[in-house]
Amino acid sequence: MPRNPQPKFESPKFESWGRYPKLEADLIPLSWTTDFPLPQPPATKILPVGAGRSYGDVCLLEHGTLLKTRGLDRFLHFDPATGILRCEAGVTLAEILDFAVPRGFFLPVTPGTKYVTVGGAIANDIHGKNHHIAGTFGSHVLRFELVRSDGARFECSPTENADWFAATISGMGLTGLITWVEIRLRPIVSRKIQYKGTKFVGIDEFVALSKASAHTEYTVAWIDCVAIGNNFARGIFMQGDHSTQPEPLNRSKEPWLTLPLDVPEFALNKFSIGLFNTLYYNKQLGKEKTGLVDYEPFFYPLDSLLHWNRMYGKSGLLQFQCVLPWEDGNQMGIINILKAITASGLASFLAVIKVFGDVPSPGMLSFPAPGITLALDFPIRAEVSFDLLHRLASITQEHGGRMYPAKDARMTADQFQAFYPQWRSFAKYIDPLFDSAFWQRVTTRG
Amino acid sequence: MANSPKPSHILVLGATSAIAIGVMRPLAEQGASFYLVARNPEKLKAVASDLETRGASAVFTCVMDLDDTAVHEAMLAEAAGKLETIDLALIAHGILGDQEHDQASFAATEAILHTNFLSAVSLITWLANYFESTHQGTLAVISSVAGDRGRKSNYVYGASKGALNIFLEGVRNRIDRSGVHVLTIKPGFVATPMTAHVPQNALFAHPAAVGRGILKAIEKRKDVAYVPPIWALIMLVIRSIPEAIFKKLNL
Repeated sequence: MPRNPQPKFESPKFESWGRYPKLEADLIPLSWTTDFPLPQPPATKILPVGAGRSYGDVCLLEHGTLLKTRGLDRFLHFDPATGILRCEAGVTLAEILDFAVPRGFFLPVTPGTKYVTVGGAIANDIHGKNHHIAGTFGSHVLRFELVRSDGARFECSPTENADWFAATISGMGLTGLITWVEIRLRPIVSRKIQYKGTKFVGIDEFVALSKASAHTEYTVAWIDCVAIGNNFARGIFMQGDHSTQPEPLNRSKEPWLTLPLDVPEFALNKFSIGLFNTLYYNKQLGKEKTGLVDYEPFFYPLDSLLHWNRMYGKSGLLQFQCVLPWEDGNQMGIINILKAITASGLASFLAVIKVFGDVPSPGMLSFPAPGITLALDFPIRAEVSFDLLHRLASITQEHGGRMYPAKDARMTADQFQAFYPQWRSFAKYIDPLFDSAFWQRVTTRG
Repeated sequence: MANSPKPSHILVLGATSAIAIGVMRPLAEQGASFYLVARNPEKLKAVASDLETRGASAVFTCVMDLDDTAVHEAMLAEAAGKLETIDLALIAHGILGDQEHDQASFAATEAILHTNFLSAVSLITWLANYFESTHQGTLAVISSVAGDRGRKSNYVYGASKGALNIFLEGVRNRIDRSGVHVLTIKPGFVATPMTAHVPQNALFAHPAAVGRGILKAIEKRKDVAYVPPIWALIMLVIRSIPEAIFKKLNL
């Protein structure tokens, strides 16, 4: 097929979910696992991208060539006796659920959106509400194929090409193209989650609730980052287990609600978010609320509104996620972060806090570590947002924590290298033709 | 008109086509059996594994270049034997070509007419007789909106599809009375490997959505199906432009 060999660097633009930064690149869709290496290698550096659901610039490469992997969407094998699924790397978790749930299986680990690809889930070694029990997504990956730009194909597992396995899980797509993946699914007998929501005020109460629910599979909390005074750090602690009561395992309906336009940027401000938070906190009247809920609203409340990122206007949003190790006594790092946010006058619409467990992550650059993780998002407001993020990164560093590359657009090279001192040994595994905007940003001083 | 029962014994010519995959996946989930024909063995194997994993009861494969019409008959007879019966035959192979190159070369034009028209005619001839003698079945052929009018930007491809449309019209006129459903499928822009080099716009449809549209047309026993349906309206407008004006347009 004739293809323009010159990069075009124009429409259609590929944006990450945060829509910041906006970097132009040439796009090449892959349809088959044999499409790479490309017959006519581009003159630029390369980066494979999945669904573009990471927030910052780990899935971007200015003036480079992005290999879109969504066309690698085939299931290759499934064994219902063991729950082991082999599929191509561009299959989304939503497609896996559509396939697996009617057969009585569920994802071993799922993030807050099901619209990520399985390749992206490995590249960022994602985590979910069961991290304290199940570890990261990478812990459930049995093997995958990695293809390098020189045409070498490696089958990687914890025992075969184990160093490539470790470098590629959390390797942000830099080690080569993942073509297919084998993961182990977990059995379920119902779509339902036995849910309990508990209101809390303050980090100590959140920590106590987390410790008391250490054996519940899924735990996470929503936290109000606007409230001050007596309501400081109020939130709702949400926990759940897969229901053990057998029920029909139907496939999910396709979402129909989409946010059609960019919302004007003044719409999200401290007052509208503060109002939302008060309404959300008081939606649950009692201290505790229990019930059986479908897995869709439990795991993916935002997926029902397609393109919800347009809520932040066309300039996009900034995400921030850190993990801080446990501190003796008060969790001062988390408290200082929350105080820095309220002091800045900026508000985070979707603030989530969770306790990570101590299951070791298989990836060299995996983000999760034992402690408390806090995920926030902010509208982009001139220098105010950048200053705040820099401040939050400094607090993270002072308290011995680290930040999550998949949700970052702003950390400096010094900060990244302090968070991930192993980055130099990882760099040896990067494909010589691969690069990303994130990697350029965090290694320029290296 | 009564809806057809869902097809369950399916022959697909050009089985690695993205649109064909969009048609086959929902049928595989219902346990259909397939006989798949394609040129590239690795791609064919990936498609077969996908359909088997999704629930196909049997998947037979045949690696063949459909340009070679001499071997069609043996292959089709084998397909009918392996599947026991064929109740849906989907012809999905085809090439887009490169208009600027093709218009300067009869050899290139001939190659496109051979693949998109003549090789399809060879398959349709056997299949029309097969379905006529079994008094059942759906013969679904992927044509294109490009066959509705000749445009300077792709008339070689358009002519191959336009000829196919007329051939199918005649076959339908002949075997409809035997209870055979002949479906001419006219997709608009679809985001597939065949169009990967074309700048995409909002009119580009996902192959899975196009596949669902084709399945609906099979179920409703439509004669001609524009997919997505918006193309019926677009082509109504395009077809109604008088030639005296049309020839001046840059389309």
